[in-house]
Amino acid sequence: MSPAPILSAFRQALSEAWAGGAGALLPLGFFAGAAVLVPLGIGTEPGMLRTVGPGILWVSLALSSLVTLERIFQADVEDGALDLWLQTSAPVSAIAAAKTFAHWLTAGLPLALMSPVLALMFQAEAGANLLTSAMIYGLGGLAFFFWGGVGAALSATVRRGGLLIALIALPLYVPTAIFGSLAMSGAAGGDSAPLLLVASTLFALALAPFAMAAALRLAAD
Amino acid sequence: MGMLSAFANPHRFLALSRWLAPLFYLLGAALIAWGLWQGLWIVPRDDYQGGDIMRVMFIHVPAAWLAMASYSAMAGASFVWFIWRHELADIAAKAIAPLGATWTALCLATGAVWGKPTWGTWWQWDDARMMSVLFLFFLFLGYMALRAAMDSRQKAARAGAILAMVGALNVPLIKFSVDLFTSLHQDSSVITAEGPKMASVYLWPLLMSGLGHSLLFGALVMTLMRAEIWTRQAARHRARLLAGA
Amino acid sequence: MQLRPRDYSGDDVRLLTASGLGILRGERVLFDAVSLEVAPGEAVVLRGANGAGKTTLLRVLAGLTRAETGEVSRTAPHHWVGHREGLKPHETPRAHLDLWARAWGAGADVDAILNEMGLSRPADVAARYLSAGQRRRTALARVLLDKRPVWLLDEPFTALDAEGRTRVLDMVAEHRQGGGAVVAAVHGEVGFIASREITL
Repeated sequence: MSPAPILSAFRQALSEAWAGGAGALLPLGFFAGAAVLVPLGIGTEPGMLRTVGPGILWVSLALSSLVTLERIFQADVEDGALDLWLQTSAPVSAIAAAKTFAHWLTAGLPLALMSPVLALMFQAEAGANLLTSAMIYGLGGLAFFFWGGVGAALSATVRRGGLLIALIALPLYVPTAIFGSLAMSGAAGGDSAPLLLVASTLFALALAPFAMAAALRLAAD
Repeated sequence: MGMLSAFANPHRFLALSRWLAPLFYLLGAALIAWGLWQGLWIVPRDDYQGGDIMRVMFIHVPAAWLAMASYSAMAGASFVWFIWRHELADIAAKAIAPLGATWTALCLATGAVWGKPTWGTWWQWDDARMMSVLFLFFLFLGYMALRAAMDSRQKAARAGAILAMVGALNVPLIKFSVDLFTSLHQDSSVITAEGPKMASVYLWPLLMSGLGHSLLFGALVMTLMRAEIWTRQAARHRARLLAGA
Repeated sequence: MQLRPRDYSGDDVRLLTASGLGILRGERVLFDAVSLEVAPGEAVVLRGANGAGKTTLLRVLAGLTRAETGEVSRTAPHHWVGHREGLKPHETPRAHLDLWARAWGAGADVDAILNEMGLSRPADVAARYLSAGQRRRTALARVLLDKRPVWLLDEPFTALDAEGRTRVLDMVAEHRQGGGAVVAAVHGEVGFIASREITL
């Protein structure tokens, strides 16, 4: 077994995400929407924005993952490419993981990298904590994409499966959202939160690909 | 007709449930009725927990127990089906889902009804159990929606099994994270209606209610399973007739 | 996938064996107790009306669909060309062949293959602008990327013009002469001599 199919899947998904899904414009869109609409909606009092900011970005991350994931596997089912991916010598779980990782790179990571800007707009204090926050968003987004990927794979044969993906993914997102926000707010007793976030993300990375593989084999059947 | 004519024929289950289900209905109804009678009229009210409205706990707490137990049962049935492919296990999982969702919704509704007059809000984000039950509700809904969206029964069984197992592996993590989240916030409104702290005058009706609800749940699951078995048998019979075999 | 050269010749070699395959569609039995064996140089043609199960049987042979009963034994690697081409709307024939050449670890000369399939001119045109016949040629071109003994083809002649048909027939003939085998679902005229026909 060679890694060639996995790398090919990764590269193709990367170019797919840029070509088909308007690339990094999507996370930019969520980011801009959050940054502009929320203060318009809830007011501009600095203390409140500071409290609300992190949560807004978690929501943006979650939405960004759900929207990009909807097409990730469905397109492959529809045009017959999935049949080809299922017949390579590489494990389907590795191929699914590679595609999901590629989509995180194009839609999840940019949002995490841009998070310091959003944080500043939401009156956060500038400093090293912004860098830590960006890493936390990066890690959390990775978990979101992998769990969301399970929903996307299960819904690959469903027309307009977006709502179904969201319904499936929501409970799976909860631990990441909780550990992530605890890690950022640094609340008393939340010292273990960053470690828990890493652990639950690793859990997602370890488990989700196998569920995705089973779901994709089902989709092709 | 070749090798495909032999399908798992759940004779034993049908024979068993034929008398077991009515028995469970009767016992369950009796226990629930007794529990409600005790809870609504007999036991003294506890003003620390909101006065008379806390009597709703005799529905709320058993519903919470059932919410969690039924999800485990559904996941267990899915696992059995996944490994051994026995159709009855899939039928069980399919039957448990809507009932589990109903009891979960009941738990959430009674929790809101309890919370509003007692603490002033319909919903408490700091209540770990309510949050866990809410996410359980979504897990049930997702399971049902996914099965319904699949093209065929076989595919629905496979998709459901994958989701149920993924959900089951996540439930401990979800519970843990929710408990962590609520324990770090102001502990204003934890419903402590269970545990050794509770006076035995509450305990017995609660346990009996719990048992009653479980029996009723079991009876309903069996009824739904019987209906599903007959539906599938009718569909197969119809297909055979159409094929002119 | 690096293919170690294996000797698939010999009287008793079976490249693909299937026995007792049965498939349900919903509650209806699509087919039951289907068996076949394919030896080097052979061609099995699957015939039947639309919806009879030709595609499903091919997918079972490829390992994409699970049969309710029976077994498939794949002793040799295979190429799959299904109904749908596996092309993304923005993918060009060249990009498609490059992708799969790399994924399969095949050091193929993509330009030569494009030429052989008559795709030199539209080589860099996105699939959404290609004709149905050009897309089919692109999909069929995949079998030339690396040598695999078994070809599973689902209605390979769809949308092809006469010249395309001839090309495919030549490819199949050459493949069979080299010891390869073909299982194809075909509608209408076949154009090559089948070792066996299965009507579903």
